[in-house]
Amino acid sequence: MASMTDDDLKQMSQDERAKALGMTTEQLTGKSLYIEFDPEASERYTYPWSHDVDFNKRTEIDTDTLSTTEMNSAIRDRMKEGYGTIVLKNPRGKHSLGVGILNKLNLIVEGSCGYFGVGLIDGPNVRITGRVGWSCGENMMAGTVVIEKNAGSTFGAAMRGGDLVCRGSVGSRTGIDQKGGTIIVGGDTGALSGFMMQRGRMVVCGNAGKNLGDSMYDGTIFVGGEIRSLGVDAIEAELTDLDRQWLTRKLTQYGLMPDKGVDHFTKVVAGKQLWNYDNLEPSEKKLIL
Amino acid sequence: MCGIAGLIHKGKSANVGSEMTAMLQALKHRGPDSTGYAVYGEPTEGDYVMRLKVAEAEDMGRGRGVHKLIETRIADVEEIMEEAGAKVKSREAVTEYALRYVLTHEGNTGDMAKSIEEVDGVEILSMGNGLELIKDLGDATVVSEMYGLMDFKGTHGIGHTRMATESDVDIKSAHPYWAFPYNDVSVVHNGQITNYWIMRREMERKGHRFMSNCDSELLAVYTAHNLSNGISLEDSLRQSIDEIDGVFTYLVATKDQLGMAKDTMAAKPLVLYESDDLIAMASEEVAIRAILPEEIDTTDPYDEEVRVWQA
Repeated sequence: MASMTDDDLKQMSQDERAKALGMTTEQLTGKSLYIEFDPEASERYTYPWSHDVDFNKRTEIDTDTLSTTEMNSAIRDRMKEGYGTIVLKNPRGKHSLGVGILNKLNLIVEGSCGYFGVGLIDGPNVRITGRVGWSCGENMMAGTVVIEKNAGSTFGAAMRGGDLVCRGSVGSRTGIDQKGGTIIVGGDTGALSGFMMQRGRMVVCGNAGKNLGDSMYDGTIFVGGEIRSLGVDAIEAELTDLDRQWLTRKLTQYGLMPDKGVDHFTKVVAGKQLWNYDNLEPSEKKLIL
Repeated sequence: MCGIAGLIHKGKSANVGSEMTAMLQALKHRGPDSTGYAVYGEPTEGDYVMRLKVAEAEDMGRGRGVHKLIETRIADVEEIMEEAGAKVKSREAVTEYALRYVLTHEGNTGDMAKSIEEVDGVEILSMGNGLELIKDLGDATVVSEMYGLMDFKGTHGIGHTRMATESDVDIKSAHPYWAFPYNDVSVVHNGQITNYWIMRREMERKGHRFMSNCDSELLAVYTAHNLSNGISLEDSLRQSIDEIDGVFTYLVATKDQLGMAKDTMAAKPLVLYESDDLIAMASEEVAIRAILPEEIDTTDPYDEEVRVWQA
């Protein structure tokens, strides 16, 4: 940088100038679709400090009288002892259950969770037999979460990876700020779902509320039912063969495949007419040009 | 952020006092400043229950003068009631500053209520045939025990745990709000109303009174205004979504109904449980689970959703 003169910069293309000045003009168009979906790939990443657990070793924790901290500590203690299957009993809508688990684990919650259930997880497979409150799976990195009943609002907010599945209906602002991974909803979703979505995919088998995909940057939303209205800069796109294959695979995997197949799904993507990662701020443009 | 809760038993009375206490205690973390209940017993035709406060809880630490002042205020209130032709059947001083009257009255209780509130420092918390409105500083159990609510039997109720954000920590800013002077109507709210002053001035021009600077009081006044114009509870709730700006979820209870409305953004939470004989709702499921520990199915109402249930 220091040795670069104004003349050097003037001779570069805009792309080179941006890179030389430490900025990026990465083109995101369609990228997530091809990089994230590889039928042959599997996620096998573990942290160096993670516990070696055995899925065949099963234990139960009665959460009835435990506080949030005690519940989450108990899960970690059992993982340290090598238990790979942990069943939580009587959660009764408690908040922040199972957050921040960075380990492979089968976590079975027999009942319902409150807010921020299984947020920030990286790796575990979670099955919740009841309902979850707001912000379930927020910021999750990897793993699988399957919820048998309904879910609250901001389902999978800022999610980065893994599969987050709700067989019932979910509240509003599903996948707000989603940055990766897959959200699958068996029923309906509320208003402003996919708001500011950046990457990843969302599948809604039922209906979607108003302003779907409002201000989304990238990513893809598939809706099986009716869309009350599209948000600003969200547009319909054509369903490709790759989309159909992917939808069929994912929905079959979670037992949510509609009888009539996947051809009726509407695909929603970003129109990219609003502010986009590909653009530079006016002040940055001034620097370069 | 505040917590709200409500429940309604269909066609039967139950221990609503202890149920509401359990629900609101579970929501304490959403607001520890004050707790309020509006519970509905079997309506007694002809008898009115009036709850009022003659001072704020914090006034009690202001020396001996306040006790004398309270006595004078109570005497003034009772004189006005007598002049208005009300017959007091019983008087109970739950705390030094909160009283409960059972009275009979022929004619318009609204006019009498307006005269009573002309006494400085006096606010009627509720009036009606079935409604008992209780609110004070402290968590759900503290308030419930202070006012002997644990044994209260009734059909439905709403409640609120308050985290004061826009106005003071005192009883006049606590919820629920009675829809003055409309008997048996009460409101609890979680959210912020952004066109509060515009709407308040409009309501004041129409002759309605505001006792606090709390934006939630607007919803009570607004509901009272609509009901007095012959608009049904359901239509009032629906209309409010267009006319009230901001983020809100609120519950309204009348003598035999319980209603809810959610704003256009659905930004404030509500979890709903419905069965054939009981409907319960709260800001968080944990409150519903405080009275229904078994596995249940619950849903989140969507944006602009309005529901009304009959007792």
